[in-house]
Amino acid sequence: MEFTEKHVEGLKDLLYRMADDLLILGHRNSEWTGLGPILEEDIAFSSMAQDKVGQSLALYEILHELGESDPDTVAFTRNDFQFHNCQMVEFPIGEYDFSLVRHFFYDHADALRFEALTETVFEPLQMVTKKFKGEIKYHTMHANSWLKQLAHGSEESKIRMQQSINELFPYALGMFEPSDYEQELMESGLFIGEAALQQRWLDVVVPTLESYGYTVPTDAAPLFGGRKGVHTEHLQPLLDEMTEVFRIDPSAEW
Amino acid sequence: MYGNAYVENPAATNSLTANENPIKLAEFEARIAAGDKIEPNDWMPAEYKKQLIRMIEQHAHSEIIGALPEGTWITRAPGFRRKLALMAKVQDEVGHGQLLYSAAETLGKSREDMTNDLINGKSKYSNVFNYPAKTWADSAVIAWLIDAGAIVNQLANSKGSYGPYCRALDRICAEESFHLKYGHDNVVFLATGTPKQREMVQDALNRWWEPIMHFFGPPDKMSVHTEVLMRWKVKMGTNDDMRQTFLDMYVPKIWDLGLTLPDENLKKNDETGKWEYTEPNWEVFKQVINGNGPCNKERLAVRRTAEEKGRWVRNAILRKDAKYVTPLA
Repeated sequence: MEFTEKHVEGLKDLLYRMADDLLILGHRNSEWTGLGPILEEDIAFSSMAQDKVGQSLALYEILHELGESDPDTVAFTRNDFQFHNCQMVEFPIGEYDFSLVRHFFYDHADALRFEALTETVFEPLQMVTKKFKGEIKYHTMHANSWLKQLAHGSEESKIRMQQSINELFPYALGMFEPSDYEQELMESGLFIGEAALQQRWLDVVVPTLESYGYTVPTDAAPLFGGRKGVHTEHLQPLLDEMTEVFRIDPSAEW
Repeated sequence: MYGNAYVENPAATNSLTANENPIKLAEFEARIAAGDKIEPNDWMPAEYKKQLIRMIEQHAHSEIIGALPEGTWITRAPGFRRKLALMAKVQDEVGHGQLLYSAAETLGKSREDMTNDLINGKSKYSNVFNYPAKTWADSAVIAWLIDAGAIVNQLANSKGSYGPYCRALDRICAEESFHLKYGHDNVVFLATGTPKQREMVQDALNRWWEPIMHFFGPPDKMSVHTEVLMRWKVKMGTNDDMRQTFLDMYVPKIWDLGLTLPDENLKKNDETGKWEYTEPNWEVFKQVINGNGPCNKERLAVRRTAEEKGRWVRNAILRKDAKYVTPLA
């Protein structure tokens, strides 16, 4: 079918959501470097951070080919209201239970998003998501093994994990905030749409958590806003820090 | 990365081997003289084991504490290229800590005990990490020159006698050589960049010169290395030799970039082939080693907080009866 301007806008919006999520969560994950509960986890979170920031770069490059600014400019010069990431990824790392549960929720969603996009009609995105799929399977494996272990590790670990699940679930649902282009994305074969993705995610996440012995607050109302540029008080300070050196002289080569 | 400023146990030489079986000791020394590597279950003198644990442990702690000054720049690295590279670099350093703790564990001290000794201030780590990385340029200078110094030292130590430590060092040096390239590239961009960038990197170099000179440890005439530790190939090469090697390799490269070093006496003596320089202030070095550097308290506080925050995770997953004695390298 013929792509209209609205299809392209929808595609760009989808790419921005994905890229911004990956950049911000990658940035957050990297904050565990040197501070993890065991060395192996410092290393694991750093690996995942590198994958995520690398994936965000690949998506910003596609956006650049679609006429947006270059990746450094896009990533290092926007303010919070111009970011399309969901709110869940922008929270500080918190305690380890919080970071692990966020990692579990987010990475299952991304794995399914990438899976769905391997069939998108937009070939550059199809290509990169095929590559991302190979990386993300280790992220979900890591998340699952930790959620499982800590469900049975100690009374404290189980309580902490359950509390973080309860706290984060409404924000996790916020990952699937519909865009203004759902119809265009679906009819053109660009993407299956957020509602379908959310259903696939629930079908994976709920039985997995229940099998580990957690309860899932399925009646929670989603917390939206991030996809439309409405963010928590945590995003702008993150961006200020991230761009601190870049802003010294944006025209300089670093 | 790690310097040569290993803080030795000040035991008298003759007491080191006093209680050892002379036949086994002679066999052990003959193996080392022949270039054999000593492996975890081989016979070894108690003092050999003790000194190695101290040394490998100090090295491991240096990697972990060393991740902190650079780590603070991961979230501020300018642009994707630097951000990705710095994440990978600091991750490598933490991985070196993991390799080294496992090498030390083969000698009978658990990682938990080593960590406790670190946060209680009982074990040392390289002095250089008690200085702040004030600007992005500091992180570049660290990645280039501190890692370069570490390679000089670690290449020497990789020819030592304890198998698990030597193999860990071989792997570490391979990774450090990439850090060096990253650091050099980073410094080149700053040194050839805008006036502001040049100023940043020159300032950082001025700040780091004394810590870098300290990095290799006190001059040989001031530091007493027990002869037996050299013979056992626990300690390889002298502090002054390492410092000379470093100066020879890197001072010309620094000058080539149009940068200066804050020592007007620094020059190579063409007759002796040795570098001459103003002795850095060794009183400052001693003060910093003894806990009075600009960041000692902060570094240990961060490490302590991380340990405390992570305790519930470790309690939930670690088996008390588990023993890790298989070296990773």
